[in-house]
Amino acid sequence: MKNTLSAAKPASGSLKKPAWFVAFGFLVVLILINWYLQPSFFDGMVLHSNLTTFLPLILVAIGQTFVIMGGDIDLSVGSIAALVNVVTVSVIAMAGGDSASVPIGLVAGLVVAVLCGAFNGLLISYLRLQPMVATFGTGIIFSALALWILPQAGLAVPDVYWMTYGGTILGVPTVLWILVAGFVFVLIMKRRPFESHLKAVGGNRAGAFQSGIDMSFTRLLSFALCGLFAGFAALCLTGETASGDPLLGQSLAMGSISAVVLGGTMLSGGVGGAVGSIFGALLLGMIGNVIFFAGLPFEYQTLVQGLIVLAALAGGVLVARK
Amino acid sequence: MSETSSNMNSENARLRLAAILREPVVLALFAIIILLGIGEAVSPGFARGDQIIKLLTVAALLGFAAAGQNLVVLAGGEGIDLSVGAMISLGAVIAGNVMDGSNGGIIPAVIVASGVTFLIGMVNGLGVNLIRIPPLVMTLGMTSVIQGGLVVFSRGIPSGNAAPALMNFINQPVVFGIPGILFIWLVLIIGMVFMLRATAFGLSIYAVGANPQAARLVGLPVKAIRTIVFGLSGALAGLTGVFVIGYTGNSFISVGDQYMLPSIIAVVIGGTSLAGGSGGYIGTVAGAIALILLQSVLTTLHLEFWGRQLIFGGTLLLLLMFYGRQKSARI
Repeated sequence: MKNTLSAAKPASGSLKKPAWFVAFGFLVVLILINWYLQPSFFDGMVLHSNLTTFLPLILVAIGQTFVIMGGDIDLSVGSIAALVNVVTVSVIAMAGGDSASVPIGLVAGLVVAVLCGAFNGLLISYLRLQPMVATFGTGIIFSALALWILPQAGLAVPDVYWMTYGGTILGVPTVLWILVAGFVFVLIMKRRPFESHLKAVGGNRAGAFQSGIDMSFTRLLSFALCGLFAGFAALCLTGETASGDPLLGQSLAMGSISAVVLGGTMLSGGVGGAVGSIFGALLLGMIGNVIFFAGLPFEYQTLVQGLIVLAALAGGVLVARK
Repeated sequence: MSETSSNMNSENARLRLAAILREPVVLALFAIIILLGIGEAVSPGFARGDQIIKLLTVAALLGFAAAGQNLVVLAGGEGIDLSVGAMISLGAVIAGNVMDGSNGGIIPAVIVASGVTFLIGMVNGLGVNLIRIPPLVMTLGMTSVIQGGLVVFSRGIPSGNAAPALMNFINQPVVFGIPGILFIWLVLIIGMVFMLRATAFGLSIYAVGANPQAARLVGLPVKAIRTIVFGLSGALAGLTGVFVIGYTGNSFISVGDQYMLPSIIAVVIGGTSLAGGSGGYIGTVAGAIALILLQSVLTTLHLEFWGRQLIFGGTLLLLLMFYGRQKSARI
C-alpha cells in the first residue's frame, strides 16, 4: 500500500492525484485477501455472482455521486428503487406478462425513476428545501406509493427477464455489460461541461452563480440522473429477485453515500468523481465477502464489518490529506 | 405629519407581526393547534388532557434524543449525528441489564448508560475533528459498529428488564396527573435554554457554528467544542435509552432506530439551520411535539399504512416549504 502510494506520487503529482486512488488501493488489498481466503475467487462463476450482488449498489453510487458533487444529498434512492421495482413488475403484468411486455415495463420503470429524481430536484433546487430532510420526506412518499401499488411482495416477472439478466449476451455476462456501460457513461460525463458545472455549483455556489451557470437546472439534472441510476439499480434487483417487493433496497441510501465517500468524493461538494464511487461500492461489497470467508462467528460479522468500514474511511481521509 | 408617523407605526407593527409569524416556534405552535383541532374533529376526546399528556410523554422521548442532535447541528461544520438511534438502543440494553428489574439499579443504570454513550460520542467527535471524517459518515459508520456490538453482546436475544419504579415514573402520574418524565423534560428544557443563552459554553457553540474562522481568531477552541457536542449527544441519547426501556418495559437491539431521523426532523422543523449557528432548543421541543402529534393524528384517521405515510411525507415537505428553505444564491 505504502509503496504504491509513494511510487505514484511523483508521477501524477499531489495536485492531480485522482480522488479514487485510496479506494482503489484498498480494493486491490481486499481482492488479494479474498483470493487467499477463497482460492476460487477468480473463477468465472464466482466473479459473475459477486458482480451480480455488487451491481445495484455500484449503480446507485454512480448516481449519488452527481448529487453529492453538486453539494446536495439524496436519501430517497432506496425508495425510488422500490417504487421502480413495483411499477416495472406491475406494468409487465398489466401488459400481458409475456416476453413482449418486458420492454414496456422497463421503460415505465425508468420514466418513474427520472420523474422521482426530477421531483426531488424541483423541491431542492427551485423551492430551496434542505436536501437531506427533503429527500427523507420524498423517500417516505415514494415508499408509500410503492406500498399502494403493490401491498405485498410477489408478482413474478416473465422468465426471459431474469434469464437474460443472469445469463450472457454475446458470450459476456449481462451484468458485466451493464458495469462496462456504467463505466463508459462515467468516463464520458467526466469530459462533459455538465460535470464541471456541477462541481462549480457544489464547490462555490456564489462563484458559480456569478459566472452565469444555470445552477438550479444543473442541480435538477443531477437529481434526475441520480433517480435514473436508482432506476437502473431497481431493474437489476428485479432481475435478481424476479418479482416485486415494495420494501426493496432500504440499505441503498446509506450504502451509496458510504461508497461515494470511500471513493474520495467530498460530501461538501465540488470534489470527486463517479469512478471512485464505483471502487467504493466494490470495496463495500468486498469487505462483506472477506468477512464471510474469514469464517468469523456469525454474530461478530456486523461488528467487524462496521469497524473495517470506519477504518477504511479514516484511512482514506488520512491518506488523502497528505 | 402625525398621520404619516401613525402609518409608519402600523407599517412597522405589520412587519413585526409578519416576522413573528415567520418564527419557526410560532409556526410549530400553529401546526400543533391545527393538528389538535383536526384530531379532535376526527375523533372526539383526542385533545383531552390525559390524551395530551400521553402524547407529551412520547414527545419527551423524542425531545431528549433531539436535544443532543440539536447541539451537534448548532455547532456547525456539517454537524449531524446519525448514531442517535443506535446510541438509544445501546443505552436501553445497558440500562436493562444493569437494572435487571430492581429499583436499586436505576441510578447505576443511568450513570453507566449515559457514561458509555458519552464516551462513544466522544469517539465520534474525535473522528470528525481530529481525523476529519465527515460527521454524516462517521456517525453512520459508528451506527453499524454499535449495532454489531449489540448483536455480539446480546446474541440477538432481548435481555434485561426495567425497574418497576422507573416504569411508574415514566408511565404513571406523579403530581397533578403528570408523569415524572415530563418534569425531567422540563428540567432539560430549562437547562438547555439556560446553557445555550447564558453560559460561555452555549454561546461559543453558536459562535463556532456561525463562523468557525472568527471563533478561532477570538480564541475559542473550535475543535474541542465540536467534539464535546458529540459526546453530549451520545450521553443524551443514552439517557433517552434509559427512558425508552422505562416506557416499554424491556429492550431489543433496534429499539432506538425509530428515533434517528425524527430527531433530525424535529431539529429542522423547529427552525435550527442544518448549516449550524442559528436556532435553539425551544423550537426543537415544538418540532418534536408537532411531529408526534402529526403521527398520532394520522393514526386516528384509520387510513391504510401507505396513506398515512403519504400524508406524513407530504406534511413534512409542506412544513419545510414554510421555513426549512435555504438562502438563494442571488446576492
